[in-house]
Amino acid sequence: MDTDYIIVGGGIVGLSVAWGLLRRGLTVTVLDGDDGSFRASRGNFGLVWVQSKGMKQPRYAEWSQHSAAIWAAFADELGNNTGQTVPLEQKGGYDLHFSEETLEATVAQYEVLKGKLGGNYPYEVLGHNALRKEEPNIGPTVVGAILHHQDGHANPLKLLTALAADVRRLGGRVLTGKTVTEVTKPDAFRVTCADGTAVTSGKVVLSAGLGATQLGPSMGFKAPIRPQRGQVLITEKLPKLINRPSLIARQVDEGGIQIGATNEEVGLDDRVTQPGLSGLAAEAIAAYPALARAQLVRSWGALRVLSPDGLPIYQQSAEMPGAYLVTCHSGITLAAAHARVLPDWLEGTSAAPNLEVFSEDRFAVS
Amino acid sequence: MKTVSPFLELEDAPRVEVSFDGRTLSLPTGANLAASMLAAGIDVFRNTPVSGAPRAPFCMMGACFECLVDIDGITRQACMVEVTEGMLITPPHSAEVRHEPS
Amino acid sequence: MSRRDLVIIGAGPAGMAAAAQAADLGLSVTVLDEQPHAGGQIYRDVDRIAPIRGGILGPDFTHGTTLTAAMRHDAIVHLTGAVVWAIEDQFRISYTRGGRGAQIEADRILLATGALERPMPLPGWTLPGVMTAGAGQILLKQSGILARNAVLVGSGPLLYLIAAQMVRAGTPPVAMVETQSRGDVMRAAPHMGGALRGWRYLAKGLKMLAEITRARVPRYTDATGIAIEGDGKAEAVRFTSKGRSHRIACDTVFLHHGVVPNTQAARSLEVSHRWDAAQHCFVPLADEWGQTDKDGLFIAGDGAGIGGAKAAECAGKLAALEVAHQAGRLPLAERDRFAAAPRAKLESELAARPFLDAAYPPCAEALLPDDKTLICRCEEVTAGDIRGYAKLGCIGPNQTKAFGRAGMGPCQGRYCGLSVTVLLADATGQTADETGYYRIRPPIKPVTLGELAAMDDNTLDAAE
Ligand SMILES: Cc1cc2nc3c(=O)[nH]c(=O)nc-3n(C[C@H](O)[C@H](O)[C@H](O)COP(=O)(O)OP(=O)(O)OC[C@H]3O[C@@H](n4cnc5c(N)ncnc54)[C@H](O)[C@@H]3O)c2cc1C
Ligand SMILES: Cc1cc2nc3c(=O)[nH]c(=O)nc-3n(C[C@H](O)[C@H](O)[C@H](O)COP(=O)(O)OP(=O)(O)OC[C@H]3O[C@@H](n4cnc5c(N)ncnc54)[C@H](O)[C@@H]3O)c2cc1C
Ligand code: FES
Repeated sequence: MDTDYIIVGGGIVGLSVAWGLLRRGLTVTVLDGDDGSFRASRGNFGLVWVQSKGMKQPRYAEWSQHSAAIWAAFADELGNNTGQTVPLEQKGGYDLHFSEETLEATVAQYEVLKGKLGGNYPYEVLGHNALRKEEPNIGPTVVGAILHHQDGHANPLKLLTALAADVRRLGGRVLTGKTVTEVTKPDAFRVTCADGTAVTSGKVVLSAGLGATQLGPSMGFKAPIRPQRGQVLITEKLPKLINRPSLIARQVDEGGIQIGATNEEVGLDDRVTQPGLSGLAAEAIAAYPALARAQLVRSWGALRVLSPDGLPIYQQSAEMPGAYLVTCHSGITLAAAHARVLPDWLEGTSAAPNLEVFSEDRFAVS
Repeated sequence: MKTVSPFLELEDAPRVEVSFDGRTLSLPTGANLAASMLAAGIDVFRNTPVSGAPRAPFCMMGACFECLVDIDGITRQACMVEVTEGMLITPPHSAEVRHEPS
Repeated sequence: MSRRDLVIIGAGPAGMAAAAQAADLGLSVTVLDEQPHAGGQIYRDVDRIAPIRGGILGPDFTHGTTLTAAMRHDAIVHLTGAVVWAIEDQFRISYTRGGRGAQIEADRILLATGALERPMPLPGWTLPGVMTAGAGQILLKQSGILARNAVLVGSGPLLYLIAAQMVRAGTPPVAMVETQSRGDVMRAAPHMGGALRGWRYLAKGLKMLAEITRARVPRYTDATGIAIEGDGKAEAVRFTSKGRSHRIACDTVFLHHGVVPNTQAARSLEVSHRWDAAQHCFVPLADEWGQTDKDGLFIAGDGAGIGGAKAAECAGKLAALEVAHQAGRLPLAERDRFAAAPRAKLESELAARPFLDAAYPPCAEALLPDDKTLICRCEEVTAGDIRGYAKLGCIGPNQTKAFGRAGMGPCQGRYCGLSVTVLLADATGQTADETGYYRIRPPIKPVTLGELAAMDDNTLDAAE
């Protein structure tokens, strides 16, 4: 056997898991696709986010909270190891509202969730004036916001870079430009790539983002995931304009204002469209009118990796024991949990988290 | 102090006043803004938002974005703009117009 | 929103010639160019400038007035100062003009967006006072502004042209620091046959050299170890030539080592490109009429591969003929009959290229700069950073972009893209084609959020 684990897919999810396994002294080989692959890890919004997660499944809310709580230590460790800080700010985040009705309805839902979480859901409602004190540039049509204190944001690209560097430093073997075409288990696992490379291992983690739809079924997974396009905008670098992030806009550590994101069911099309860009720009200006003068310098479309209920999937294959499907929509938020907690589940230690509700059993066979 | 420009102007056209970073410049009306700022002795247009390094026009054809300045509050490429009377020009996103004697 | 038979982006020789040809054949044509006047790079603002500085700039410049004259045609709308920032499928073009966003639809599109100067990352190239030689020429051409103390650095015919124009204007450069060597010229010799067919160019080249020599401009060839020095602005150029090191004081440095296609618009439409080894750059794939692998999308002029102004004019005409044919306005036989003359001219124009490409190769140390040299001016990323990302497994420019931000700034990779491809290919052992290029997306030129938002359907509805 070449290695303890093969990780198929070197995005945020695969690298977080690889890093966690390496830290436990296991040997890991990561196989990642080519320069043009769909990579949500490169196109996301960078929120380390808790509010609104798991409204129907409190365990997901808890899992997100857990990850958010250990994110800073995770980022510090990566920063110390690589000498490159992973910018993270956890001063809370907003859900901005343009109408009293939506604000009240959301608060009602949060109250229910808060009850199920035993009260651990620290949020407050800010009316327009209170919000303006926090965010002097907020627009007049924003009636208020929910400020959730467990929310924050990170630089997801620096996270990706730091993980790529530290996985190597920890002795991980990372092969890029390798598209896995087949996974078999004659005895040990044998993973074969399009260019003929073959690697054998004791266990396999399938964390190939949307690539799991092709490989998953051959490994005994349902892998019922689909792409959902999000268009994202970023402006020129600006002086401080926004203090805390929201789902509408955030100011990144380099200074640009990131604005997102559309939710579009358009298959594997990751292009941007003028109507998409215009709609996002209009919403951002409604929230922060000063943005009307800002120059848009870049935009992109990225494909979310979505399960039918939007929750992560953590599943061991019944057909191929030792093969695991690990995929989620909120890979930035969950990076810390994937790096520091998920390895216990993969290794079956006594500290393994209970991830029952995230198994594929929840999806009916169609 | 009058700055000696490293550039020589062949043409003479009617001039108008504009302000750059608190200084008053007299530039040929209708001329290319970046070119006439250079001729007026402006050697640094901005400092980068990354390291603060000084920058000035590089391509003069709208491709490099080194000539960025704020004109009446909007960041524009000076090499793509014509001089008009009374333009209020600053380096990009300078919080306020600074008045420097030099 | 209006719909036109043909929308042309770029009013240089390719775009202007195409517009006139298409309009003559009865097509409705709109030309969009971000410049305030027709002309493109070579004939910039030619109508106003030809009478003032035609003498300095020469007949190759004043020739442009024939093209601008032919643009004044009832079927042609020329929108000046129109910055195109998005082109979407079949075909919706978004642009900004006078601070407002607008759109136009087209059955067919011709991209005639021309060339950019090849990025020339050398130590100190970001200092104020360092410009491209083309920029120096634009200052002279458009504004009548001349650098008093300029050193020209690099190689290629345009470098001599600009030097000669500076001489004619009475402000010769302080020195020419040339990176090509005798060996390059020897290697180019086998291509002489082709060049002789383009003899006019060579004769012109010799004439320019004579002008430069007569003005006693010192020329240093085979220059290596080039660095621009200065505290906050360019003060001198340091280099070694023929075993001796030099330091030449100056206020201005003009860099040039060739021009390369401006592929931003074509890339944003996912046109396939291939690496052109002779010209050291990517060129879009297009057939003999300039039709790309995207239906209805044409490219002509230097944006399709460097051929120069006269070639651009011919290619523009050819594209217009095929557009008219596809639009059902020109039978096949007629198309071919009309095409014969511009095609023959195009071939003779292109004949000199292999010689020029071989005689004036790009400056080697600017293709693979040392680790400390900045290659991404906007985000201040060095060549060493890119090599480091290659060690982290980055095999393509989109990965280095995510890791290190090269290509993320306002120029959108125009002045670092080729450097990143070449550096990565060198580090990984892949070819440039395998390495690839940035994924270019709208906006291909920045646009304010306010302009974008004003085009939002919901906002528009609400306003009505
Ligand atoms: C617009 C948008 C905004 C988002 N915002 C946030 C946010 O604010 N906060 C948050 O937490 N999350 C956010 N996300 C989600 C987050 O980005 C994803 O959950 C996360 O990036 C998924 O990572 P991944 O590694 O699973 O997938 P990817 O990044 O897609 O990586 C998959 C990798 O697998 C490789 N691969 C695929 N197939 C194969 C194969 N056959 N062989 C080998 N390799 C293969 C690919 O090359 C790729 O590198 C957002 C996503 C989008 C699209
Ligand atoms: C700075 C420079 C100087 C040059 N000088 C000479 C010279 O003196 N002699 C010579 O023989 N050759 C010169 N060249 C080479 C030149 O490329 C060709 O001679 C010729 O101009 C090519 O013609 P074209 O029609 O392909 O493109 P161009 O003449 O380059 O025209 C392209 C036009 O497209 C417009 N454009 C590009 N993108 C957009 C957009 N997004 N929105 C709106 N408009 C856009 C530009 O404003 C430009 O006017 C020069 C090149 C450069 C870059
Ligand atoms: S000088 Fe390059 S964009 Fe203006």
